[in-house]
Amino acid sequence: MKNTGTLQVATQGDREVVMTRVFDAPRELVFEAFRKPELLKRWFGPRGWSLVVCEVEFRVGGGFRFVLEGPDGRKMGMRGVYREIAPPERSVHMESFDDYPGESQVTAVMKEQDGKTTLTVTVEYPSAEVRDIVLKSGMEHGAAESYDRLSEVLGEIRQAGTTA
Amino acid sequence: MAMEHARRLDRIFAALADPTRRAILARLAADEATVNELVKPFRISQPAISRHLKVLERAGLVSRGRDAQRRPCRIRAEPLAEASAWLERYREFWESSFERLDELLEEMKAERKHGKRGKR
Repeated sequence: MKNTGTLQVATQGDREVVMTRVFDAPRELVFEAFRKPELLKRWFGPRGWSLVVCEVEFRVGGGFRFVLEGPDGRKMGMRGVYREIAPPERSVHMESFDDYPGESQVTAVMKEQDGKTTLTVTVEYPSAEVRDIVLKSGMEHGAAESYDRLSEVLGEIRQAGTTA
Repeated sequence: MAMEHARRLDRIFAALADPTRRAILARLAADEATVNELVKPFRISQPAISRHLKVLERAGLVSRGRDAQRRPCRIRAEPLAEASAWLERYREFWESSFERLDELLEEMKAERKHGKRGKR
């Protein structure tokens, strides 16, 4: 995890997804980019999508409301409530999507070293089913099992392939 | 079509859930091998290895050679690629966002420097 710009995504247990990403900036700036609407509008969502609604009440018990609009006009809405705020290191919020059932808990932790920030986001879904639905939104897959070991497996296999 | 695709993925993930089967795949990623060649390093019975190979074969992760005597096992890459596409989708959404965030952070750093210098 030394490289800036490499996003790691892995499942953990049967209800969690963990993401890790390094940013070449002090964590105060990263934290700011995650809480200020005028900054969120400039980065949140894949290229081609825009954050057409972005309301943030950044305090414990305060809520947020995001609506992303895609290039084809498709909209994706989400809302949530902040549970814990400890700038610039940690925040916990609950979030739910307009189109999916259930509420998930999102914990963001920012560690700074040598001017770089490592962000770790842990998303805990209410159930394995909801996690898999969310993960596969946009994909044509139907039913799901718990896919916990995938990244580990792919790592093992890739390793074996390169040492051969 | 979608259901068939989902069932295929489920078979792949079920096959990958077992440590012995993952080890067999890792071994086959290095080179093809016969059942007998697989029995030795894994120190489990030949029927047990054959059972694992059947599961891997059904998931499309392994194919068997036509040579009647040896029937060597080979790893098949396509189903693995399909499985990794699952996490890839999620990764793409965030990576695309985070690339935009990188650009924003560069601007914020520059502004901060600029601001500090301005105050002097």
